[in-house]
Amino acid sequence: MIGIQGLIKRFGDTTVLDGIDLEIADGERIVVIGPSGTGKSTLLRCLNFLDRPEAGRIRIGKLELDAATASNADILALRRRTAFVFQNYSLFANRTARQNITEALIVVQKRSRADALARAEEILRQTGLADKADAYPAALSGGQQQRVGIGRAMALEAELMLFDEPTSALDPEWVGEVLDLMRRVAERRQTMLIVTHEMQFAREIADRVLFMDEGRIVEQGPPGQLFNDPQDPRTKAFLRRVG
Amino acid sequence: MQGLDLQYMLGLVPVLLGYVPLTLGMATAGMVLALILGSLLAVERVIRVPVLDPLVVLFISFFRGTPLLVQLFLFYYGLPQVVSFLTQINGVTAAIMGLTLHFSAYMAESIRAAIVGVDRSQWEAARSIGMTQAQMMRRIVLPQAARVAAPTLVNYFIDMIKSTSLAFTLGVTEMMGATQKEAAGSFLYFEAFLVVAVLYWIIVEALSQVQKVLEKRLNRAFAR
Repeated sequence: MIGIQGLIKRFGDTTVLDGIDLEIADGERIVVIGPSGTGKSTLLRCLNFLDRPEAGRIRIGKLELDAATASNADILALRRRTAFVFQNYSLFANRTARQNITEALIVVQKRSRADALARAEEILRQTGLADKADAYPAALSGGQQQRVGIGRAMALEAELMLFDEPTSALDPEWVGEVLDLMRRVAERRQTMLIVTHEMQFAREIADRVLFMDEGRIVEQGPPGQLFNDPQDPRTKAFLRRVG
Repeated sequence: MQGLDLQYMLGLVPVLLGYVPLTLGMATAGMVLALILGSLLAVERVIRVPVLDPLVVLFISFFRGTPLLVQLFLFYYGLPQVVSFLTQINGVTAAIMGLTLHFSAYMAESIRAAIVGVDRSQWEAARSIGMTQAQMMRRIVLPQAARVAAPTLVNYFIDMIKSTSLAFTLGVTEMMGATQKEAAGSFLYFEAFLVVAVLYWIIVEALSQVQKVLEKRLNRAFAR
């Protein structure tokens, strides 16, 4: 179980997250939608302290921390229970596709080299990148880079996978392959929190959809309910705009 | 103008070549130590450790702001007068110390700039997989900063090789010191210093070739 209570994030005078409460069941796949600048990405970034929240409690499995008092050790422990997929892929530029996957396994999880390499082979096969194992990110297409990015996150076997608009930076021709891979991850009942503008994808794979506006969760429910029968006027207005 | 004494010059070459190992040895030792110290100073400047930071700023300011020759004299002739255990220090050690401290200050600034230039995404990705600050620096940030800083750092190494000639003022008989002695014996100052100048030049040119290979290697990951 994952629990978030009263999460608050401010940038200067602007309150970006205005008290987020959220419970996520094991294996639940949640998609977060909403207008730009309403704190969707910030919510994800606060859950592994890429942005440090000002207040709130985060609980993942046995780990529980208070944002206001979290120590460096708490933050590391939190990050080691989560995996993050970035909008701009953020692959390690000085590492090959394979090394991007093994890096955390060897350095952070202290697995043996042989074990990490075996795991990387498995991930590369699953992401369809076996033939690109020794390529550096600069030599990969956007779609391939993002598949490595997802592979790197999959390899961690984290309790929660966070996807921050994983297809937004991609040329349209690569979006399909990345969504396909995310579908396969979802099929394993990996707990996922996904910020995306791909509404069709959200309908297909989400157990629950959250609509956020102005730093709050305005409305949430199963995709069928939220997309077909939204209650809040802001949700209705947003869904009309994005079609 | 009289003709050059070519025979003397040719005869001098093998004599001076005997001192190349000492010159390169001092420069290499100075370079390795300056790289380590410079990287530490640079990382400190980036993460700004409280209390330590102003001291690092002062260190860099002093060693960049005063001539190397003054620093060498300060270490070799000055410090032993106030710090007793330094009375045993020999000229080579003092020269390496001086070169290290002097060049680490310069390198710290280049490395700092290169670290700051590493894309945010690299830092965030390293944090997101749960790396400690040290792991992130050592495995992700510094290697990428090295690529940017490499040409400047090689320049400092070149400068350092030439600066080892100042060690002769501390009584070290390295290439420059040996030339000075030879010239004093033969009175053929022009010939002697011309030979040593060409030797320094050849060493630096050889290093420039190494630089090309090094840069190619560091850029390997970034080729499309």
